[in-house]
Amino acid sequence: MIPAQFQYAAPASIADALALLQSNPDAKILSGGQSLIPLMKFRLAQPAMVVDINNIADLDYIREADGWLKIGALTRESALEDSTLVREKYPLLYETTLNVADPIVRNRATLAGNLAHADPANDHPATMLAYRAQVVATGAGGNRTIAIDDFFTGLFSTALASDEILTEVQIPAPKTNSGGAYMKLERKVGDFATAGVAVQLNLDAAGSIEQIGIAFTNVGLQAIRGARSEAALRGTSGNAVAVEAAAKFAQEDCEPNADLRGSVEYKRNLVRVLTTRAISSALAKARGA
Amino acid sequence: MANVTININGADYSGDVEPRLLLTHFIRDTAELTGTHTGCDTTSCGACTVLIDGVPIKSCTMFAVQANGKKIQTVEGLANGAALHPIQEAFREKHGLQCGFCTPGMMLTSVAFLKKNPNPTEEEIRWAISGNLCRCTGYVNIVEAIQYAGEKMRESA
Repeated sequence: MIPAQFQYAAPASIADALALLQSNPDAKILSGGQSLIPLMKFRLAQPAMVVDINNIADLDYIREADGWLKIGALTRESALEDSTLVREKYPLLYETTLNVADPIVRNRATLAGNLAHADPANDHPATMLAYRAQVVATGAGGNRTIAIDDFFTGLFSTALASDEILTEVQIPAPKTNSGGAYMKLERKVGDFATAGVAVQLNLDAAGSIEQIGIAFTNVGLQAIRGARSEAALRGTSGNAVAVEAAAKFAQEDCEPNADLRGSVEYKRNLVRVLTTRAISSALAKARGA
Repeated sequence: MANVTININGADYSGDVEPRLLLTHFIRDTAELTGTHTGCDTTSCGACTVLIDGVPIKSCTMFAVQANGKKIQTVEGLANGAALHPIQEAFREKHGLQCGFCTPGMMLTSVAFLKKNPNPTEEEIRWAISGNLCRCTGYVNIVEAIQYAGEKMRESA
């Protein structure tokens, strides 16, 4: 399949990339390209210009600073997968990364691109909601920080302006006694989720759940925060009754469509089951089990 | 049009290409190296896998202009003259193929994987090749071939 024609530019600096975006409102940013290029081949996307940011230095990093894990726009999924820091301290992010596409795709695909593309089937949006992450958007006026709850605005839509670049993802460094888990059902490796559930929580000194984030993948027009599920668990010990209540809310609050992956009823029940399992796994990690 | 030069298996290949030309087509049509197979053309099957600066990527999901100035290895670059690469020897020895369509991508993924993990478990191998689909073998002989190649490569390391 051959994409429609486009102009190609590979600027060496963010300033040059921003200038190109400003003079070409129809431009698309190419980072890993593992979603954009397939879309262009199907001609679902036909940008007049592609601004390839792969030649911009200093956008590929994973580092902790100021209480955040900071991940650059060009950091590949495979770098997250290979990072000892991510594996040991950010299990939710690690498990999510392992579930993205397949190992070859992950050598190109980026976390920032996964978020900016805002496909409801992408795995990282729910995970970032569970972490209460934020993203840095760089435009002509400098940087602005966007809370993840304000970032996704609908199907394939985000709060990024057409002349902004998502340059960094920031995840709060976990408190002590934290745990997280990502549970996804896929028909085969590389398939989009039938449904996915992300959970991140921490326990206070008494062992009660202090902060909790729960979000769902591919059961709505965008990743959905399970606010009622979170409330059902916050302040509890994570006992079976509270977990069951949270899972029931998840079942009710997701908004799946029927497709080849299953009926609405099936997907709602799946979200209930995955929520139960993700909470159990996150709790076990937080308790050091 | 953009003029690109891509080093493939140690030789430079240049051409004026449209930005929309996919890397897999540059390799097959411009460089005339047809060992790289274009399979599903939708980033799923991994038949078009090549190594770019040593890292496996799906060449149907990258533009040729993006590879300008980079070093690529394809299946043609595995053998050293008449001497087969250990991964090629292993696929022959363990009958790791039937129709052979997935084999170039499967071998390049394996070579990069064995460099990172020279003595993998069966589970690690199955995980590593999960982005490369084979519709003939059922994978059993492919896994055995990769284990065999790992042994050979450890012996000669």
